[in-house]
Amino acid sequence: MRGIVSLAIIYSTIRLATPLLLAAMGGLFTERSGVINIALEGLMLAGAFTSATVTHYAANPWIGLLGGVAAGVFIASIHAIACIRFEANQVVTGTAINILMLGVPTLLSGALFGTTGSTPQIPQTELIPNAPVVIAFVLVPSLWYLLYRTPFGLRLRAVGENPEAADTAGISVRRVRYTAVLMSGALAAIGGAYLSIGQSSLFTRNMTAGRGYIALAALIFGKWRPVQTMLACLLFGFAEAASIQMQGVTPYVRVEYIQIIPYVLTMVVLAGFIGASRAPKALGQAYRKEM
Amino acid sequence: MKYFRHLLFPMIAIVAAFVVGAIVILLIGDDPIYTYQLLIGSALSWPDGIGYTLFYATPLIFTGLAVAVSLRCGLLNIGAEGQLTVAALATAWTGITFGNLPAWILIPLACMAAIAAGAVWAAVPGILKAKFGSHEVINTIMMNFIAAGVASALTQSYFKEPGDPILQTRPISVAAHIPRLGQLFSFIPERIPTNVAFVLALLACVFVYLFLWRTKWGYEIRATGENPKAAEYGGVSVRKQIVLAMAVSGGLAGMVAINEVLGYRYRYYQGFSPQYGFTGIAVALLGRNHPAGVLLAAMFFGALTRGGLFVDIFTENVSKDLVLVLQALVILFVAAEALFRGQFVKRRIAKGVKAS
Repeated sequence: MRGIVSLAIIYSTIRLATPLLLAAMGGLFTERSGVINIALEGLMLAGAFTSATVTHYAANPWIGLLGGVAAGVFIASIHAIACIRFEANQVVTGTAINILMLGVPTLLSGALFGTTGSTPQIPQTELIPNAPVVIAFVLVPSLWYLLYRTPFGLRLRAVGENPEAADTAGISVRRVRYTAVLMSGALAAIGGAYLSIGQSSLFTRNMTAGRGYIALAALIFGKWRPVQTMLACLLFGFAEAASIQMQGVTPYVRVEYIQIIPYVLTMVVLAGFIGASRAPKALGQAYRKEM
Repeated sequence: MKYFRHLLFPMIAIVAAFVVGAIVILLIGDDPIYTYQLLIGSALSWPDGIGYTLFYATPLIFTGLAVAVSLRCGLLNIGAEGQLTVAALATAWTGITFGNLPAWILIPLACMAAIAAGAVWAAVPGILKAKFGSHEVINTIMMNFIAAGVASALTQSYFKEPGDPILQTRPISVAAHIPRLGQLFSFIPERIPTNVAFVLALLACVFVYLFLWRTKWGYEIRATGENPKAAEYGGVSVRKQIVLAMAVSGGLAGMVAINEVLGYRYRYYQGFSPQYGFTGIAVALLGRNHPAGVLLAAMFFGALTRGGLFVDIFTENVSKDLVLVLQALVILFVAAEALFRGQFVKRRIAKGVKAS
């Protein structure tokens, strides 16, 4: 047990929580505006692949990160247009984007690098192993402020709770929702970029391995609130760090049982066993302006 | 005319997906027409093309039906992936543990294990929705991951052959094998893996049709899906229907295990499903949540899966992942149907205004 609580595990918890936190914060804004965001996984993959590819060609991780963000915003705009303009089922669209982003990076890596889904190695000097961690944890208080202390945040929450009333008050429901979905594209993409050009030094096929869904779980576990969501991300990051540490150490508990803890906890919270959990009221409903 | 309208939008969605796909192929630097010839053409040859298409379509019929049943009740089961995972492990467990039983008991028993495991795994989110109102989409996603974790842990701990580097169970008893169609019909070569599960899939289509449109339960499920408040007012127990629809949906998803474990691999193998559960969403949407549509859509995606292998080999740059991209595009275009409907909707609103 001595090895479980140590400086190393705190460090690795923070690092593992970072991509979750970035994606979850993006998802939080989308969902508070009333749009379901199952697409976080796909948005992270878009960011991870594009930033690794651009970094490879530009030999500069910051340009790579920018490229990743652009890709995330672009893919998010597909989700936004389908859900907001064409009133498509938000869960279905999100699922489609996840499938799309499983295929596109592999297809492109085959054409660009002749591989089956991975990008070339990026030299150590062209990685950004720390910046995204800082960005993620600085973002939490800023996003909290944005959500609760600015007119934009008020509008966003109003649109997610009662779009008709918000509309009557002169708020453009669609514009707020577009902004929120595109924001999630940018944030999730930074989370993805951290995986490929921060923690690792290349993109590999399906490298997010479900982190987008864990981020979604974290924001629900955090009850759609920034600070709680951050704590949830840290908890889930800790579960992952602990399961990595325990690999092969204890023959009695299989690591899989530790890995599924976040998912079980999320279901428990969603059922209302740990305090009331309430989703934004208009979550998942398309809004059509009355003529 | 009625049938034509049902076919129209799915066809438009497919064409739109292929047009966008062609642009992607061009950007990658290959010839779209040649690529599509490979993709579609290779699926139509007899016996291999058609045989393999039916083989790849079989699991998609089951997951497509599963998603369709849930959607008819106003729920989205995106947990078919988890349901078919636990079902496959349960089926393999039955085939290993009761291996001494004769085939005529063992095979039905293993099939029942598949259906029961899938149904139970799907009923949990159903019950959580009915009792606590928690969203089935989130819970089914969570249970996908839990299924993968639990199946992996159980296989590691109890079912693996010692020293096997692959995460898979021991083989099931020979008595539990179901025959390939080639073993029953002499005009089909035996090398084609299409098996009796395909016949079960066709029967499942008939079952779902009869269940949804010819039974009281099915009627109540559809009533719940159309308008839960009206259904409740009309005396339907919405909560019961939610659990029932999820259980039926999960049972159908679980039947994938019959094809996979009893008919093809003869063991549980971790990661055997290339996202059948998620493709099922595409199949159900494209098939407009109707068994006949699901059957056609599953054949279509089965053909693409088969053709994708040829695209992988015979084109310069395009890989079989093109199929994933096309699939995603089809879902997007079907979901955003309003994109093609723009004129219709406007006209209908105009009519509505006049009528009132």
